[in-house]
Amino acid sequence: MPVSFTLNGKPTSLDVDPEMPLLWALRENTGLTGTKFGCGAGLCGACTVHVDGEPTRACITPVGTIDGQQVTTIEGVDGPAAAAVRTAWRQLDVVQCGYCQSGQIMAATALLRQVPRPDDAGIDAAMSGNICRCATYVRIRAAIHRAARILEG
Amino acid sequence: MDGSREIPPTPTRRAFLQSSAAGFAGLVLGFTWTGKGRLGVNAAQAAADGRFAPNAFVRIAGDNTVTVVIKHLEMGQGIDTGLATILAEELDADWAQIRSETAPADAAVYNNLNWGPVQGTGGSSSIANSYPQLRQAGAAARALLVSAAAETWGVEPATITVKQGVIAHAASGRSARFGELAAKAATLPIPAELPLKEPRSFTLIGTRLPRLDSAAKTDGTARFALDIMPPGTLVALIRRPDRFHATLKSVEAGAARAIAGVVDVVTVPAGVAVLAKGFWAAKQGRDALAVEWDEAAAEKRGSAELLTAYQALAATPGLPARREGDVAAALAGAAKRITASYQFPYLAHAPMEPLNCVVVLTPDGCDIWAGDQFQTMDQANAAATAGLKPEQVRIHTVYAGGSFGRRANAASDYIVEAVSIAKAVGANGTPIKLIWTREDDIKGGRYRPMYYHTLEGGLDGDGNPVAWRHRIIGQSIIAGTPFAKGFIKEGIDHTSVEGAANLPYAIPNLAVELHTTEVGVPVLWWRSVGGTHNAYATEAFLDELGEAGGQDPLALRRRLLAGHSRHQGVLDLAAAKSDWGSALSAGRGRGIAVHEDFHTFVAQVAEVTVAPSGKVRVDRIVCAVDCGRAINPDVIKAQIEGGIGYGLAALLYGRVTLAEGRVEQSNFHDYQVLRIDEMPKIEVHIVPSDAAPTGVGELGVPALGPAVANAVYAASGKRIRVLPFEETGNA
Ligand code: FES
Ligand code: FES
Repeated sequence: MPVSFTLNGKPTSLDVDPEMPLLWALRENTGLTGTKFGCGAGLCGACTVHVDGEPTRACITPVGTIDGQQVTTIEGVDGPAAAAVRTAWRQLDVVQCGYCQSGQIMAATALLRQVPRPDDAGIDAAMSGNICRCATYVRIRAAIHRAARILEG
Repeated sequence: MDGSREIPPTPTRRAFLQSSAAGFAGLVLGFTWTGKGRLGVNAAQAAADGRFAPNAFVRIAGDNTVTVVIKHLEMGQGIDTGLATILAEELDADWAQIRSETAPADAAVYNNLNWGPVQGTGGSSSIANSYPQLRQAGAAARALLVSAAAETWGVEPATITVKQGVIAHAASGRSARFGELAAKAATLPIPAELPLKEPRSFTLIGTRLPRLDSAAKTDGTARFALDIMPPGTLVALIRRPDRFHATLKSVEAGAARAIAGVVDVVTVPAGVAVLAKGFWAAKQGRDALAVEWDEAAAEKRGSAELLTAYQALAATPGLPARREGDVAAALAGAAKRITASYQFPYLAHAPMEPLNCVVVLTPDGCDIWAGDQFQTMDQANAAATAGLKPEQVRIHTVYAGGSFGRRANAASDYIVEAVSIAKAVGANGTPIKLIWTREDDIKGGRYRPMYYHTLEGGLDGDGNPVAWRHRIIGQSIIAGTPFAKGFIKEGIDHTSVEGAANLPYAIPNLAVELHTTEVGVPVLWWRSVGGTHNAYATEAFLDELGEAGGQDPLALRRRLLAGHSRHQGVLDLAAAKSDWGSALSAGRGRGIAVHEDFHTFVAQVAEVTVAPSGKVRVDRIVCAVDCGRAINPDVIKAQIEGGIGYGLAALLYGRVTLAEGRVEQSNFHDYQVLRIDEMPKIEVHIVPSDAAPTGVGELGVPALGPAVANAVYAASGKRIRVLPFEETGNA
């Protein structure tokens, strides 16, 4: 039985093993490669997507469990919070290798949608599931603060 | 589109020239570069060659874009931006018109000038070796554009100015953008003399420019090797032995083959490869293999046994890496003697993107897509594996999701694995995508070696250090590689002792000795190489010695570094910016350390809080950097910030241990790394300098550990001599 869900706003149906992690279904079956593989065990956040708006580890989410749900990836995330996050990320040149950054941006966007003006502790709590081996953390913090200011207008 | 990065679809040198000619009707710049003004360790040998082959580093298209061809791997260090800045400066281009493109693998054209005829990225050498080369390349392009304008307008070249991408003749009021003159410029000869700018008239170098890769890395379009999936790609995972140097005895693959999506199972030198239509099937297939290993030649020792053996060696003299004065006599005659030993574990690099590559092999050619850090070596090893000539191997370098040294290894391990799989399935042109899982990465070896250090110091009656004996025990990174000839002299692997044998302190009796051990655990350079352990041992011990002599850590260093103005410069800057000497509340402390490597000088002051439980929290790092002329100050700051975070991860948690030869860690739950909640505040201050630019990619790491360790002592009275801090309950 194919799995049907909404992917970046478009109805999508995939005929794959329902046990297959959403990460690989996205990357290999829909060609959306912006979502990354870092650990495959829910430990690093590189694979973070939004499922019904909630930041979710795609590497440990069987694709069968998202039937009927809304999945948003880095390629599709939009709206004021996502735009502010991207702008802030670029203004501060947060990225280094960039490999973790799809996940960071998805996590930061979800945070700002829930908490418009997080403090450092709030940022640390929301973002500590997302590893960056390049350790761009100083700028991630600064960029989230900046994105919050952009959102305030 | 600004900052977009194009990956040439057919990245051979010839195709590159053709495509630029056909596609852009523009200017392809080739020129002979004499090597004048070149920097680096091999300058003398390379200069003796007299000449370099014509190079192609810049392309100017009719649409006014300037594409800078980047010969180094972008793995996060900002090298696309850095190299483009250098060229754009001499070209007087507008930053908005600059694009970058990765160079094909071609050591004749794109070699690392510090390494001789080898293309590759490492040793914080990219900016240093490219600076004179790309200035020349930019100046040559500019000169041709000026000639083209002069001919077109019938004016003297000397009366033409170039500024921010606009070529102008003031007297006649004429002006043109580069694109308009590119076709004409392509027909003109390169002037013999290419004067370079006076640095004081630089407008891009030394300023903050947006990174070229920020846009693609924030919208999911940046392409890493993991994202390369030609139609028909088979994903391959390899089951490797769980002890190093074990070999395959037997495999039962029936259950693996029965998994839906599994296409083939083949044996290769590295182990047993499962090929499938996607990662998930390959992973299930691999899990279903039943494999027996022949462990006759396997390394079966554990970390504890190695440590015991290393400690025994530390009691005996090693090979001399440096010897000055008479250390034995000076120690015997010292008013006070202290000794201390330091332990460093194996470390995995754990780049965020696990090793992977795509290989398309046919009987007469091999295409490889990888975040390739060592093109010339990888070409040679892939060719040898495939039975091809190196020039039949085409490497398509894409962004790497970090490396920290891991992707550059003399065996080209992951590349060779993928090629051997492609060969095993018949060299039939099927794209083979080899993926290492995180478990493969953590367990897969090529670690920063485990080291044991013992230091002994002597003080005179006034508390001045008069004797220093340093013994280093550990594996050689270089032994057994093609670099042994260049890097191992009289038994001393330079990378084992760098940062120790060149101790800059004026101590009259000084000996540095090395015991090189042989262990069947593959080892490799890891961000800052010798600095990862030697900086810690020397800078922490200097504080111990200073304390025994009643000396302030900063004052002692300044005094022992008389004449080392760049060391002193970074120390003074870091001390001033950190308010060194001011009071901190109870439970807090400050520590300082300084380190030089790759001709870059770094001092760090750490401020820490030590909880009653012993847990260390690093609150703030103030770092001063002298890397000569700062090409991109903001990228330098980013690299130092990142290096500090990377070093802190290792300091607190980094540890690969062995039990009976088997690696005990497997993923980020037991090979912990730094997360955002432990990232300190970081201030980076760059020493203004007119010296030749040097690298910073590795330079955030070395001083971090000892600065923190010295701060922990100041805060708590505890010397931490066993890494990581977690080992002693301090993380
Ligand atoms: S890849 Fe999913 S959390 Fe690491
Ligand atoms: S930018 Fe490299 S892992 Fe985060």
